[in-house]
Amino acid sequence: MIAAGLSALLSHWWRRPMQLAMLLLGLSLATALWSGVQAINAEARASYDRAASVLGQDGLARIVGDGPVAQDAYVALRRAGWLISPVLEGRLAVPGSSLRLIGIDPLTLPPAAQQVEFGQGDGLLPFITAPGVMYVSAETAAGLAEAGLPPLRVADSLPPGTALVDIGQAQRLLDRPGEISHMLVWPDAPLRDLPPGLTLRQPEGASDLARLTDSFHLNLTAFGFLAFAVGLFIVHSAIGLAFEQRRPVFRTLRALGLSAAMLTGLLLAELLLLALVAGVAGVAMGYGVAAALLPDVAATLSGLYGAEVPGTLALRPGWWATGLGIAVAGTLVSAAQSLWRVWHLPLLAPAQPRAWARASERALRWQTGVALGLLAGAGGLIGAGQGLWAGFGALAGLLLGAALLLPAALSGLMALGQRMARGVLAQWFWADTRQQLPGLSLSLMALLLALAANVGVGTMVSSFRLTFTGWLDQRLASELYLTARTEDEAAQMLVWLETRADAVLPIFNAEADIRGQPAEIYGMADHATYRDNWPLLQAAPDVWDRMASGQALLVNEQLARREGLGLGDAVALPGGGALPVAGVYSDYGNPVAQVILSTDRLLALFPATPRLRYAIRVAPDRAAALAEEMRAAFDLPPENLADQAAIKAFSLQIFERTFAVTAALNVLTLGVAGLAMFASLMTLSAMRLPQLAPVWAMGLTKARLAGLDLLRTLLLAAVVMLAALPLGLALAWVLLAVVNVAAFGWRLPMYVFPGDWLRLGGLALLAAGVAAAVPVRRLALLSPGDLLRVFAHER
Amino acid sequence: MLLTLTGVEKSYPTSEGPLKVLHGIDMVLDAGRSLALTGESGSGKSTLLHLVAGLDSVDAGQILLAEQDIAQAGDAARAALRRGTVGLVFQQFNLIPSLDVAANLAFQARLAGRFDAAWMAELAGALGLEGLLARYPEQLSGGQQQRVAIGRTLAAKPRLVLADEPTGNLDEATGDAVMALLLRLVAQTGAGLLMVTHSARLAARLDARLHLSHGRVAG
Amino acid sequence: MNVKAFLAAVLLAAPAGAQGFAGLGADAQGFAVPQPGQPLAFPQDHGAHPEYRIEWWYLTATLTGPDGTDYGAQWTLFRSALAPEAGTGWESPQLWLGHAALTTPDAHHVAERLGRGGIGQAGVVAAPFEAWIDNWQMVSRAAGGADALDAIQVTASGTDFAYDLALQATGPLVAQGDQGYSVKSAAGQASYYYSQPFYQVTGSITDQGRVIPVTGKAWLDREWSSQPLAADQTGWDWFSLMFDDGARLMGFRLRDTGEGYTSATWIAADGTPRPMPPGALRVTPLREVPVAGRDVPVVWRVELPAMGLDVTTTPLNEQAWMDTLVPYWEGPITISGTHAGRGYLEMTGY
Repeated sequence: MIAAGLSALLSHWWRRPMQLAMLLLGLSLATALWSGVQAINAEARASYDRAASVLGQDGLARIVGDGPVAQDAYVALRRAGWLISPVLEGRLAVPGSSLRLIGIDPLTLPPAAQQVEFGQGDGLLPFITAPGVMYVSAETAAGLAEAGLPPLRVADSLPPGTALVDIGQAQRLLDRPGEISHMLVWPDAPLRDLPPGLTLRQPEGASDLARLTDSFHLNLTAFGFLAFAVGLFIVHSAIGLAFEQRRPVFRTLRALGLSAAMLTGLLLAELLLLALVAGVAGVAMGYGVAAALLPDVAATLSGLYGAEVPGTLALRPGWWATGLGIAVAGTLVSAAQSLWRVWHLPLLAPAQPRAWARASERALRWQTGVALGLLAGAGGLIGAGQGLWAGFGALAGLLLGAALLLPAALSGLMALGQRMARGVLAQWFWADTRQQLPGLSLSLMALLLALAANVGVGTMVSSFRLTFTGWLDQRLASELYLTARTEDEAAQMLVWLETRADAVLPIFNAEADIRGQPAEIYGMADHATYRDNWPLLQAAPDVWDRMASGQALLVNEQLARREGLGLGDAVALPGGGALPVAGVYSDYGNPVAQVILSTDRLLALFPATPRLRYAIRVAPDRAAALAEEMRAAFDLPPENLADQAAIKAFSLQIFERTFAVTAALNVLTLGVAGLAMFASLMTLSAMRLPQLAPVWAMGLTKARLAGLDLLRTLLLAAVVMLAALPLGLALAWVLLAVVNVAAFGWRLPMYVFPGDWLRLGGLALLAAGVAAAVPVRRLALLSPGDLLRVFAHER
Repeated sequence: MLLTLTGVEKSYPTSEGPLKVLHGIDMVLDAGRSLALTGESGSGKSTLLHLVAGLDSVDAGQILLAEQDIAQAGDAARAALRRGTVGLVFQQFNLIPSLDVAANLAFQARLAGRFDAAWMAELAGALGLEGLLARYPEQLSGGQQQRVAIGRTLAAKPRLVLADEPTGNLDEATGDAVMALLLRLVAQTGAGLLMVTHSARLAARLDARLHLSHGRVAG
Repeated sequence: MNVKAFLAAVLLAAPAGAQGFAGLGADAQGFAVPQPGQPLAFPQDHGAHPEYRIEWWYLTATLTGPDGTDYGAQWTLFRSALAPEAGTGWESPQLWLGHAALTTPDAHHVAERLGRGGIGQAGVVAAPFEAWIDNWQMVSRAAGGADALDAIQVTASGTDFAYDLALQATGPLVAQGDQGYSVKSAAGQASYYYSQPFYQVTGSITDQGRVIPVTGKAWLDREWSSQPLAADQTGWDWFSLMFDDGARLMGFRLRDTGEGYTSATWIAADGTPRPMPPGALRVTPLREVPVAGRDVPVVWRVELPAMGLDVTTTPLNEQAWMDTLVPYWEGPITISGTHAGRGYLEMTGY
């Protein structure tokens, strides 16, 4: 009986392969976008964890100095009973890029910090004696084939771009003999007094990278979820339709003795089967999506946060499981209403299909109420809450509220159109359109979400781009940027440049904690370059004079916002003393707090600051020649002398890649929405025949009817696009004013780009037109017999 | 002569090859007269009605309706014919669910461009629909719906009314009442009436009868 | 292979494979090999011998607290060379491993330290004598003119214990084997080996925060070699016995796939060594107990018929397990039978 019942239920799908295809496609697309984003996130997080757990830094306390620490200090601490292990970290230039080189002492390394299995076959001796052995990940190794480095060994526990060597070899490779960066402290080791200059730093629970990139991943997750929600609209309508069409079958089965529980169970089994099939397909597609997007994500993370993420994807079992889980959960959510109806199906109602998914006035009113509540909640969150979650909460409320409000708004609009209509056809057109709304509203909601997301994100990205390029022009005012290899070389270069450049401005920086957070501290020379160009958001009137005399400092917007700093507030400096804030400058693309002092003040505070980087002012038309001359004179590698244009191009490239993923997801979401629309229209076209046939019989040609149907779809798309505009702008505002501030620490001005809207509107109409084309064409080509069947006696 | 059919043939494609439904039908109907088409299921009576209505095209033969050969008319011409010359009453009523009763009643008249408010009001009164004008089709009983459908057809003042089992979905008492209304109002407008029915009792109430059997006029 | 396991395998005996104690049976290629007939020279030989593969400074002390409770203390510094050269800085191939233990009747505290030679974290200098790793030290306190090891100060600490002991020798250094040339197998593997078995100890131990003054006796072993064991030798049982009458006995059995190899040196109360021929010493396990998941013989019968010795040794704490990178058993014992006294027992390869 169960088998018979199930086969009766399943036979429906074989007779309507299109419906089955829609259901499977919708569900697998939704699953694909969701699990694709999850795969990217998982890959990135895994690589942060790996980076963070390099040498157990996520769980071990460390001893640090103001700058580099002498190796003798380490030995002295060991001999005083500290259980610690020395580490030397630095960047090692390799052709085309650089490596994060980590030197360790394998003998004293705490077990939690052990990353690599040493000594297989060749033992410890080659590791600690020249030329040493260098451990890198397989991916990194592949890129280092001809780099003239020590022999490479692959250790996949290392993050990409990181190389592990013995500390002695690190000192040799980095040319820093007798120096270490910090010391790892064994857990549970007795803590003793530290000599001056050294401080004990407790482990940071979450890695810096994980925290910095949280916002980025939350962003991706939000988009993935949006795409998933849009996909579920397809699933919901496909399931709803299939259930409505089988209502007579359900009744017959019930009448033949199948219990309500059994019937619901069978339908549930059927749905789970479909969900699993679609889920597997979706996860496989998600893998494809992730693999396609990951290189851009990796480039973004590396450019924006310096986080190294491999460009290739690992298959994680957990990810498969969650992908399938989300497919099943999505199916159940989409089917809940239909299953509930089957459960409560009255046995004796006439076996005639009823307009499916017709929302009663009461349901619509209820939905509108919820929508208004959500919108109010979003407003409240923006007014009261701060931070990323409040921002995303507001976004969710805004989008969902607007989507839920859409059917009522459209219905009202159509009623208004009907009342205003003069001709009988126009009147019928409006009334008929209104009649279609319940069946179309889900896909229209999906379209609204996709369009609004496009408008919102597009506005944010374009505003950001406009601001960012202007800011780059201000910030990169010098013609050339020089990085000397040694201080001696720098000194020679300064002499060489004396007669050749208009000005040479030092760019020295140190790292220290400011107000308890790690910060970069820069020195700034007093020069017109800065006085004229530096992008100050707030400034005291005499800011540059006070800076020149070392009486004040500048902070970046991120630090100012995080710490609530305003002009005149004092900022304590490492090593004592405090200076008032004389200006706040914008600092896009940098997640870290930054402080600028006069160069003298910086060097007084951090005497060990390497004096290697300089900005060179020269007449712009002479810059290229000077650079050429200088490279030749000092045998300087290209990357050590960059011109303004190159840096700008690089920065913009990072910027574009940052939003490439967002743009790709945007397009995919719009595609899914178009598909949802197509599915709905196909469904409706089959069901609308009884409504169209009388009108046809009363004297309208099929071509006219088809034209009206196309017009109806385009009209709805246009109305939805209009509705998406304010929603999208609201979205953009929340992104710029709330989410960006919380995620990155900067607030951007909002610019609107009506040209983009026109383009998007055209795209929406095109999508709607394409979605409508098949059903409309089908209508136009309908044979009279198909229409006449409506009038046949036996239905 | 309002309607003249000469040698009308029609077949439909089926999986076993074309199925001939009508084998050369000849028939005439005068304005102001009513004719009942009777016959078994599958005898071709509905098909004949649909051909006369211009809903479908003939394979061979001629249909002259109001001096126009609709067998040769194109899609647009036949649509114009349906709009202006004929009126259809279906067994399933086939009202437009998105429009209220008043709009349904006026629909075809306005489509045909001959909306007449006075005539509408008279029809509504005659059909007993005055109290139902603001309702929607789904809120009406079957008899009420068919009265709206009859009103919709007559409001456009067609020259020929085509009815396909108009009482087939109604109980006998309601059916008789609806039938009486239909006959009275058709007579009042002076239009011709061609009605398909399988009921000899109903057929007897019309001026003439034509019995179809296996696609041929029998007797 | 983890670096520490690797290192420990080089430094200490691990349960055997075909290579004997993982590495100790390996070729001595490039390293110096002990030769007979080369007398020991002091103070140089108190210091490190980087041209030999392995070396240790091994002190064991039997102690007694004011309430009569017995304790044992161990201080060991191992040197292991990856290559036969001293080297400088981080590239020095000399590696150092320290073990410290404090045994009480109901606890056995262990600590372990590793360090690189060449940077100053660990090492040994002959004069003025100092051996150290981190904050563990063995420093000469001897007066000028006396041997550096006549008086030493020994300190070490772990997470739950510490000790600080002053040791004063009451007898001379004793060369083991043939004037310090100690044969370790019938095939002739050998090491240089001398001892100072006559220390009187005063000092204090700290047991879980409680400082206890102690007195007692101690024994220092110095040994270096490049290939001390034959390839088929799997472990050893080593005894240092300090009899109440002032005599000492150093004896060991090297276990192999056959009968094993025993060696002993009887040391008279005045310090005169009397090397015994191979096989003269007989050791027989009397009782095994489960220790750290394996069966370890903790009570032994030790016989040296040539000296009329037939004694039984019982441990102060049967669970004196050294839970170090390469684990072994090492703890104080009490001697009864024809002779009475106290000593230390070390068992490896179980």
